[in-house]
Amino acid sequence: MIAAVNQGANGPSPGRAQIAFSGVTLNLGGKAILENVSLDVKPGEFLCIIGASGCGKTTALRLAAGLYQPTSGTVAFDGKPMLAPRRDIAIVFQDYGKALLPWRTAAGNVSLALEASGMAASQRAARIDELLKKVGLPNHAEKYPAEMSGGMQQRLQIARCLAQEPKALLMDEPFGALDAMTRQGLQDEVLSLVRASDATVVFVTHDLEEAIYLGDRVIGLLPHPGRIGIELKIDLPRPRDQLTTRENPEFLRLRRELFDFIKASEA
Amino acid sequence: MIPERFKAFLLPIALLAILEIWARAVGLQSDSLAPPSAIAVALVEAFQDGSMLTATRDTLISAFAGLSIGGAVGLAFGIALGIFHGFDRLMEVTIEAIRPIPSIALLPIALIALGFGYRMEIVIVAFACVWPILILTRAAVGGIEPRLIEVSRALRLSPVDRVRKIIIPAALPRIFLAFRLAAGIALIVAVTVEIAINPIGLGAAIMTAQQALRPDLMLAYLFWIGLIGYLLNTGLMVAQRHLFGRAALVGDSA
Repeated sequence: MIAAVNQGANGPSPGRAQIAFSGVTLNLGGKAILENVSLDVKPGEFLCIIGASGCGKTTALRLAAGLYQPTSGTVAFDGKPMLAPRRDIAIVFQDYGKALLPWRTAAGNVSLALEASGMAASQRAARIDELLKKVGLPNHAEKYPAEMSGGMQQRLQIARCLAQEPKALLMDEPFGALDAMTRQGLQDEVLSLVRASDATVVFVTHDLEEAIYLGDRVIGLLPHPGRIGIELKIDLPRPRDQLTTRENPEFLRLRRELFDFIKASEA
Repeated sequence: MIPERFKAFLLPIALLAILEIWARAVGLQSDSLAPPSAIAVALVEAFQDGSMLTATRDTLISAFAGLSIGGAVGLAFGIALGIFHGFDRLMEVTIEAIRPIPSIALLPIALIALGFGYRMEIVIVAFACVWPILILTRAAVGGIEPRLIEVSRALRLSPVDRVRKIIIPAALPRIFLAFRLAAGIALIVAVTVEIAINPIGLGAAIMTAQQALRPDLMLAYLFWIGLIGYLLNTGLMVAQRHLFGRAALVGDSA
């Protein structure tokens, strides 16, 4: 309580943080994965995290999800420390093939999140239809994940996360394994879904252009141990467009800056 | 000429024919062998007088009751040990000390405690069935895709729902395989107990035929036990493929 008041008084950012890392260090197996990371994500913000592989991007996301606990420092959500996962924080895993239940249909996979939240069976079907429609899978309710393409499986995982009605959506390189066309389509869909829901998004990617295209802010991590190395505010106009946004001189300038940062961090 | 699938039957049919011809040629008189035709007659007679059905019923009741009880215990412990690593370490030595005991070695104790009949046989079959199911279920649960466990944590599924909706379905193809193996063991152990001491079922029927110097009947029972085992395994395999075709594929690729 006192910590929260102090933070409010001294914190540099105006408005309360929804996700707040303060002095977070995580050691796994005697090795520091993240060191002294402090970070505020405002409600409704779209934050992208980039960095070379092994810099702790995914670990940071898991800390935000409550799947890991920091070795020292605190992770807080809406001012309360995160001691366990919460149903209003949804996480989209990179490996959709492993995160979906292969023995359940698309509808059954979405249903899992509704069952978890205790929704009555009679209300689920309508909600499932609505969610599958929202992610562009209205005619695939009875298909099993193995019968769907990678892009469709990732849409399905996103539908299951939306079923949680999350205040925060954490996405771990969600489009990393998809081809370029599918990826661009899904980027735009995520942007419109997020705009409709007001959710806070933390989006981890190794694709610099993807980070600039999607984010309000991009944070770059330095490896060994993971720590914040760069922070860029993205003031590109919204709604973003795959052609005009990517041709914007500001986009190109940001891309150059991030590219140089990654190159320097790997040197 | 001959369809591929029937080729596997050629050898046994040829062997039976040779045995029959040989037995007739030498005018076989034996306490341990009989010509196939005599075995077939004995088999039909045993079915007609009802003794075959009674014995089959007794053996299968014991085998399936033992399989159910042993399977339930093995499944419960296997899941618990697969989930709780602390419990696994706590039980490790105990399990590894009890497991190597041959189930049939429990016969003297079981006989004193429970007497002849179904109960004693069921307990011994159950003991034999616990282990394959426990060990394979523990491995199946321990080998579940960790991402699925994270999904269940992120969704805050209750412990009961986590077991019911994630762990058991994910491990089910391998648990079913364990049950298939255990079903074979149940039949073997049930017949063994009957041959050794318990005066019911197919095992006891074989012993009675032997003591009556009826090799034809003895071999008829033997053939019938083999057939039951074959049908049991084939039926379970078909069920396995039918139930888990898709899930089994996905599970194996992980």
